[in-house]
Amino acid sequence: MEFSPKIVAFLCNWCSYTGADLAGTSRMQYKSNVRAVRVMCSGRIEPTFVLRAFKDGADGVLICGCHPGDCHYQEGNYRCLRRFLLLQKYIQQMGIETERLKLEWISASEGKQFAELVNSFTETITELGPCRIRESMKV
Amino acid sequence: MEGSKPKLKLAIYWAAACGGCCVSVLDVHEKLFDVVAAADLVFWPIALDIKYKDVEEMSDSHIDVTLFNGAVRNSENEHMAKLLRKKSRILVAYGSCSHLGGIPGLANFSNREEIFRRVYSESESTVNPSGLRPLVETDVQEGKLTLPDFFDDVRSLSQVVDVDYFIPGCPPQTERLLEVFTAIVSGTELPPKGSVIGAGTKTQCDECTRNKTENKRIKKFYRPWEVKDDGVTCFMEQGILCMGPATRAGCGYRCIKGNAPCRGCYGPPAGVPDPGAKMMSAIASIIDEKEPEEISRVLEDVVDPAGLFYRFSLPSSIIRRKLL
Repeated sequence: MEFSPKIVAFLCNWCSYTGADLAGTSRMQYKSNVRAVRVMCSGRIEPTFVLRAFKDGADGVLICGCHPGDCHYQEGNYRCLRRFLLLQKYIQQMGIETERLKLEWISASEGKQFAELVNSFTETITELGPCRIRESMKV
Repeated sequence: MEGSKPKLKLAIYWAAACGGCCVSVLDVHEKLFDVVAAADLVFWPIALDIKYKDVEEMSDSHIDVTLFNGAVRNSENEHMAKLLRKKSRILVAYGSCSHLGGIPGLANFSNREEIFRRVYSESESTVNPSGLRPLVETDVQEGKLTLPDFFDDVRSLSQVVDVDYFIPGCPPQTERLLEVFTAIVSGTELPPKGSVIGAGTKTQCDECTRNKTENKRIKKFYRPWEVKDDGVTCFMEQGILCMGPATRAGCGYRCIKGNAPCRGCYGPPAGVPDPGAKMMSAIASIIDEKEPEEISRVLEDVVDPAGLFYRFSLPSSIIRRKLL
């Protein structure tokens, strides 16, 4: 059977989730591999969430927030960016390919960009194949 | 003594550990007399000549309290963990290695093959032309010799057997041990099973008396020797990475009092599953840069995030070993 990746997407309520919603209401087709989790702000996404996603079997994790300067809470997305860059360093050390974790800014009007992002990210993860970290961690 | 309460039976065992935990027990100093007045030490390899065989012959739950220190690295550790679980009424994971995996747990960045290759072939001081490796069983003239099987993976005690309580620390503070011991002896109602005892529930920062302000804005991280510490300002505010924000209080912030940043041996505070993830969160919040390139430049000073944030907790963290 062809590999169909499991992708967890954390979307901020104010921009990215609304952007994803726009893609839906505009009847845009995009890959169904993404499981969207709505959070109030990308600054709410703790590293724990991302690591848990990988632990529980995600092949890729997508984080989306408002464009820099547009955060509903002033600077949540900057915190998200810093955590993301630190997480990238960490997951690489743990043997998870950095391509499996992606951060993109999606505004509420960028439905099309969201659909394209999901398609391209799904393609990247499909090429990478399943993430083996979950299996390797069995006690 | 007739009519008096039967003495408590106490055992202490070391698995994959450095011995520091056993020494921390000895650090009770003259209070040891109070301990032996209330308890008989029935098994303690560092101090008493009692064999594994003698433990195997004990009836189940014969020992009242076992302090088990050290991680589970090989089959001998695993055997003793299971045996002592069976023979003990209360099994306490004593110290960081047993609680979270500890320093030996850092071997989870590697596996048996890599470790053996390094130790028995590649290390600069190794002379091993015939490529000898330790074997679990070796036939010699006199019979069969055995060695414990070295596992691929290091586990904390609770990943191997059911654990009643956890006393954190590398090593645990002896004062805390005495408090716990006194509580057990005096018959005080014990906390619910699975509790971390002999420690607080909040973070180091909550107890630390260094001056802290809201204004934590870091443009560069320093190694401790690069900064002339003023002895009073929060380490993080001086740009020195301190694990305090993600570490359980209870040690009396001894390292910080000694002008060294916290390394995180007490593990995560109550309700936190993964100390490293919390630390990443905390650090990201104080970096005073907004451009990805600038942030990456600041993060270059965090050379080894996995080793630094999970120094004592790798085997029990969310991503508990490196994918090889």
